[in-house]
Amino acid sequence: MSTAAITLPAAPSSSLARILRIFFNETRFEFLRLLRTRGFSLSVIGFPVVFYIFFGLVLNRGEAIHGQSAAKYMLATYAVFGIVGAALFGVGIGLAAELAAGWLELKRASPMPPLAYLLAKCITAMAFGVVIVSILTLLGITMGHVSITLVQFARMIALVIAGVVPFAAMGMVLALLAPFNSAPGIANMIYLPMSFCGGLWVPIMFLPKVLQHFAVILPTYHAAQLMLGVFGYAFAGSTLSHWMGLLGFTLLMLGIAWVAFRRLEQNS
Amino acid sequence: MSLVLDMPEIVATHGVPAAAGTVASLTHVTKRYSNGVLALEDLSLTLRRGEIVALLGPNGAGKSTAVKLMMGLSSPTSGTVSIFGADPRHSAARLRTGVMLQIGTAPHMLRVREQVNLFRGYYPNPMPYADIVKAAGLEGIEQCFFVQLSGGQKQRMLFALALAGDPDLLFLDEPTVGLDIEARRAMWSQIRSLAARGKTVLLTTHYLEEADALAHRIIVLNKGKLVCAGTPAEVKSLGAAATSSQPSALGLKIIRCVTALGEEHLRAMPGVAAIEIANGLTTVTTSQPESTLREMLALDQSLHSLEVSSPALEDAFLALTSN
Repeated sequence: MSTAAITLPAAPSSSLARILRIFFNETRFEFLRLLRTRGFSLSVIGFPVVFYIFFGLVLNRGEAIHGQSAAKYMLATYAVFGIVGAALFGVGIGLAAELAAGWLELKRASPMPPLAYLLAKCITAMAFGVVIVSILTLLGITMGHVSITLVQFARMIALVIAGVVPFAAMGMVLALLAPFNSAPGIANMIYLPMSFCGGLWVPIMFLPKVLQHFAVILPTYHAAQLMLGVFGYAFAGSTLSHWMGLLGFTLLMLGIAWVAFRRLEQNS
Repeated sequence: MSLVLDMPEIVATHGVPAAAGTVASLTHVTKRYSNGVLALEDLSLTLRRGEIVALLGPNGAGKSTAVKLMMGLSSPTSGTVSIFGADPRHSAARLRTGVMLQIGTAPHMLRVREQVNLFRGYYPNPMPYADIVKAAGLEGIEQCFFVQLSGGQKQRMLFALALAGDPDLLFLDEPTVGLDIEARRAMWSQIRSLAARGKTVLLTTHYLEEADALAHRIIVLNKGKLVCAGTPAEVKSLGAAATSSQPSALGLKIIRCVTALGEEHLRAMPGVAAIEIANGLTTVTTSQPESTLREMLALDQSLHSLEVSSPALEDAFLALTSN
């Protein structure tokens, strides 16, 4: 492979193939890296799984939430809990660490397209999200008598993929603004309250009215409502309004990340 | 600081390369950070094809800033930076450069082989993997995760990443920090062979001996300003002139070795000015190091652990950067 590359000058078509290969390899190694980082993979997959087993399958066994099975309802909310964790810790903490170590600078000095770096992190978070949701679904079906159709599962997966984006953008903001040493702590300070207030642990209608109103500004709330919508369990608001909520949050985060990145660049 | 006795090799690198095409240049570059720190002030320098240039200076002299400007990681407050006649942020320039930065860590849980191949993939015509392994001395650690490597091995992997694209221009920011003598000398010889193949190398160091051993030209920076530039011999003589307060230090060399020769014996040798014997190690200060050494080696076949250092090296450097 390498000897052929040396004798033949790069043609335009092969340069496109090369760029696609860079994107692919960047993603492959980012996924491999995080999978091998036990502290990451075990907690990011383990937390939603353990929480779901406890609260969705064991403690609320046979319970119904407004006439719907608790196991099925919480499958949707813990799926969102899982993707928020994968995005916030995979993208946010990963970026914060590589920024602090100067590794990102070395990558930027290389001919790697910067988009490959960001996409690799995003797609990796999506892949972890798919793994988490698949495990949760399997547990729900086998232990919680949850029945879902293949189409519903496919829609969940599609939501996982789209749902990673706003939280990945939030992770970027965290990485750019928080000093690295405190980034994991701050991530948890965002992750856990945001999950609770967005109705991921306790169904939103059981939260105090004040919190229900507050939830409208949380991306976790909108993502959870979209996910619940797959089963027809959405609490309030139209599907479009939830998509707009996520889009607005994503744009806000990307805007802040852009400003923070420019500021960082000027300081370097 | 000591210079390991390695005369022929060092002398060989001091020949200025014949080819003189400009590869990279800084022209009247000033860099002021947004916090007001003036990192570089009106610095101009040119790198030519096939030469090794050392940026020498104490910490905070602006060496890393100069490298980052040339890598397009940072833009100058004023002045221009040009790499292969283009802006350093241009991707065509990046395809022809390789860089080794002082970084905290690389991804922990990727193997050395994986990281090298990932970087090779960024370039259309990368250096063959086997050549990189050989050049960076990665034999035996290719399957290790980065987190398992020793400090010197980490440094070698970063050197390998800089070589990945078979670049025409290499920036090495303190490349031998943390390396033991053997690994350092292995990297030096790799850097020399790169230059011999027409590659251009800019390295930063705060060791004058490293600059002296490797570079065709030395550029001494202090507090963001050019102090002096020239061949190692020129820089040293400038430094020596700056140490004129101690003219006696000029031409003196310090010989350290383990020898059976006694103090009286040594004192009779030509040029010897002082002798110190402690912990089995003999230290001889001499104004005629070649003659002294020749005689010592002839008289004591078992002489070993030999080092020759020049007090003027350290003194020159300190004198040049002290004000």
